[in-house]
Amino acid sequence: MEIVYALAIGILAGAGVWLLLRPRTFQVLMGLTLFSYAVNLFIFGMGRLALHRAPILEPGAGPVDPSLYADPVPQALVLTAIVIGFATTALFLVVLLALRGLTGTDHVDGREPEA
Amino acid sequence: MNALLRHLIVLPIIVPLVAGAAMFFLAEARRTARVTLAAASVMTQLAVAVGLLYLTSDAAPYIWPEGVGVYAVGGWPAPFGIVLVVDRLAAVMLTLGAIVALATLVYSVASWDRPGQPFHSLFQFLTMGLNGAFLTGDLFNLFVFFEILLAASYGLLLRGGGAPRLKLSLHYITVNLIASFLFLLGVALIYGVAGTLNMADLSGRAAALLPHDRTLLDAGAALLGIAFLIKAASWPLNFWLPGAYSIALAPVAAVFAMMTKVGIYAVLRLGTLMQEYHTLGAALFYVGLATLVSGTIGMLAAKHLARSVAYSVLVSTGILLATLGLRIEALTAPVLFYLIVSVLTTCTFFMLTGMTDRTRATDPPISPQDRVGEEAEPAYTAYGIKQPSIVAGGEDVGVAIPAAMAFLGMIFVCCVLLVSGLPPLPGFLAKFALLFTVLQSAAAHDAPVSTWVLCAAIVISGFVSVIVLSRIGMRLFWSPAARKTPRLRLLEAMPVAAMVLLCMALTVAAGPVTRYLEHAAHSLHRPDTYIRTVLSRHTHREQSGAPEP
Repeated sequence: MEIVYALAIGILAGAGVWLLLRPRTFQVLMGLTLFSYAVNLFIFGMGRLALHRAPILEPGAGPVDPSLYADPVPQALVLTAIVIGFATTALFLVVLLALRGLTGTDHVDGREPEA
Repeated sequence: MNALLRHLIVLPIIVPLVAGAAMFFLAEARRTARVTLAAASVMTQLAVAVGLLYLTSDAAPYIWPEGVGVYAVGGWPAPFGIVLVVDRLAAVMLTLGAIVALATLVYSVASWDRPGQPFHSLFQFLTMGLNGAFLTGDLFNLFVFFEILLAASYGLLLRGGGAPRLKLSLHYITVNLIASFLFLLGVALIYGVAGTLNMADLSGRAAALLPHDRTLLDAGAALLGIAFLIKAASWPLNFWLPGAYSIALAPVAAVFAMMTKVGIYAVLRLGTLMQEYHTLGAALFYVGLATLVSGTIGMLAAKHLARSVAYSVLVSTGILLATLGLRIEALTAPVLFYLIVSVLTTCTFFMLTGMTDRTRATDPPISPQDRVGEEAEPAYTAYGIKQPSIVAGGEDVGVAIPAAMAFLGMIFVCCVLLVSGLPPLPGFLAKFALLFTVLQSAAAHDAPVSTWVLCAAIVISGFVSVIVLSRIGMRLFWSPAARKTPRLRLLEAMPVAAMVLLCMALTVAAGPVTRYLEHAAHSLHRPDTYIRTVLSRHTHREQSGAPEP
């Protein structure tokens, strides 16, 4: 499971970085999105991968064995990161559209490079 | 009373949050109410910051005997709950931020806050992000507050609209988003290895790690460092700054003057808390030197005032990073003094550019690239609103002041003295203290070459800024044929004059200020007190078990 997970993060991050380096604004946006997916998965993975473990202790169960539970902190962190990343990406999209409308091109420099 | 005073720590975050949110409920037309609310909020922040400055000093030992105040936000003790921590350094930064915010706010009320996006709300959120970043005690909240201030800064930067501004905003947003992702990667890696995000707790746990975990922690810290250096605009990660800062509206650029210093603050805070990273110091020195050189060259190339001021931000970042990179303990207080002076200077200078720009409202553009700042119309027509009188003329707001050109010239000269570090203003004192301390420690040790290189670079950068700014000043003030005298409103002129007076006061009061900063530096380099105070309230740790690392 770990190797698949790591490969997924690697592929997302690689594709994201490649797209970030492209000259078109939409490609940059997709690159940012993919990169943020990789980052979010990475944060989640930092809580260690485990199956069938709840992140929340059950009340009234008496003394508990922490090793039976997943670490809730990375899950909380990743939620915050998703929300923030989503909001800023949405703002990026607005700027992208406005720039496209004002300059008539989707190049990140606002004009086509001279051939 | 004492119990109430402890709650002061949380106010710099709560006050702008509430004020900024409340403004959304005020109709567009109720500008007076909005401005009053904004002013009240910023003044409260200033008062609270000064209060914290007093309480963390030795003057009031009965509240926080060690000079470190800890506030458990949710009532949970330190390594588990979220804590805000104020020490002398944080109090200094808070005060500086509040001063900049107050001056900029008064300046912006003159006309810059007219229609468009909700200027005042964004402004409040920006100050909230700044204050939070200085106060937070854990890494993830540092990230959150960085995001708050960046999100607000995106909105503020976009003000005025126009294709060139949108283009540079797009670059700014992209670079900062990538920096945020790197920040997150670093934070996640550190949590995954050390099992804590609290900076004080981390410092203790880092020492107890196994060697292979230690490597991962170093990688996480390196990622964090890169993120901070992008925010601090260090070479080669700073190409977004000159464009973005020179195209922002004057009050926006003025308040941005504080933003790069958040990166420096984070480097300073984590660098002193995790003292194992001595080796990073050398890298920081070269990065800082490169920033200093690139900023100086950029200043030489800049034709437009705002652009050269933006490059002077790079110069100051370079000086700060390079001197921090020398890892001389005695240097920290002069570095902090220089930081204060450079923030005040940049803020004043950016406000001044907003007024001098108006003198060339009629003359032809020097080059299309230099003129990009003034294509403000599209956004306003898009909103269906008449363009506000940002460019002179039009409706009258407030009282115009007499002898406008003489006033602008005086302020300009003061700003040049401040930037280049010439006496009698505190720019000289700050640079002198830096050079003096560097040379003193060089004499005590065996005078490494790097010291001489740094001294030479600082002196040369000061000299270059004199050349550049005199050239621009001559064009601005001594070629009157194509210029017209702008109408200056009292509300605009007042904060600029006040900032210059404040700088002069800083020259007079350099002694006490430096003493305070020396105390701050002293406690910064002995983080035991900080760590002990932050962690002192955790009594449940043994019983409830540490989080699984």
